Amino acid sequence: MPIEVNGVSIATDEEGYLEDLSAWNEDVAKVLADTEGLDMSNDHWEIVNFLREYYEEYQIAPAVRVLTKAVGKKLGKEKGTSKYLYELFPYGPAKQACKIAGLPKPTGCV
Amino acid sequence: MLHTVNKSPFEKDSLAACLRMSKDGCAILLIEDAVYAATDGTAVSDQIKEAMKTKSVYALKPDVDARGMSGKVIDGIELIDYAGFVSLVADQNSTQSWL
Amino acid sequence: MSEIKKFLYVNRKAPYGTIYAWESLEVVLIGAAFDQDVTLAFVDDGVYQIVKGTDTAGIEMKNFSPTYTALGDYDIKKIYVEKESLEKRGLTVDDLLDLKWEDEDEDWAEKDSIHVVSSAELADIMDDADITLSF
Repeated sequence: MPIEVNGVSIATDEEGYLEDLSAWNEDVAKVLADTEGLDMSNDHWEIVNFLREYYEEYQIAPAVRVLTKAVGKKLGKEKGTSKYLYELFPYGPAKQACKIAGLPKPTGCV
Repeated sequence: MLHTVNKSPFEKDSLAACLRMSKDGCAILLIEDAVYAATDGTAVSDQIKEAMKTKSVYALKPDVDARGMSGKVIDGIELIDYAGFVSLVADQNSTQSWL
Repeated sequence: MSEIKKFLYVNRKAPYGTIYAWESLEVVLIGAAFDQDVTLAFVDDGVYQIVKGTDTAGIEMKNFSPTYTALGDYDIKKIYVEKESLEKRGLTVDDLLDLKWEDEDEDWAEKDSIHVVSSAELADIMDDADITLSF
């Protein structure tokens, strides 16, 4: 089902992930966040941007365990916990944050 | 006559069959996993070098680059792009694919 | 909690020409989420999967070389490459990606994941596995 961003229609798959990750921008992220019922704070953006950088480097969206460890290393130990990430993204940090970041569903996510 | 080979020489004997059943003066184009046969220092390099004495050997550059083999290609093998592939097919009276 | 099993993934196909290499990598990443003991082996044309310097722009396929460098993040520390396969292809360990893992117990010291081993050593590694997946 496509989403509408600033009058432009952008294709998503049946679960709401972007079909084309190059169609992403911050406005797209906000609309995707809306569909997840999330209000984007700076803390949300930090994780979304972190995921985009991770994807850029490794060409995959990381599993939650890997994301948690990597966030802890990069953004500080207090943020590298599943509690912190689940508070920001209640339906799963990898799943929900990846969707907002315009990435494919994480490998191994069911 | 143009012969194309697209399988790794270490997995199938398509290359060996092509070398055995192609005539002097023909063109041989290595594509996809067959580009590994264009690299030096392998167990089949000598066979290719022997064939190059009487046949023209080419390799498809996008396939060479994709596999990280660009620095290893045997001297004298000509790297061509997709346009070169088309010209090669157009220039030859027939093409045989060794799959 | 079930007991930890030793998983061995045996990779024998070149990348890009067929889908095996990418499929294997995806299964490895999925499997790694389940806290099992994972070992990867690269033999025959499979050694080409972890060659560095790949550029797939010309063939318009996703370059999945960078994904191998994430294996350390997934706690995959045992990657064995058969020496005989490298030699037959005119390759050395210097032609391969520099795959590392970080040891949390030693202040994140980087350690090599790749080990070049003989066929005989690989036979032992294969014999030791509980579950072997072949690609």
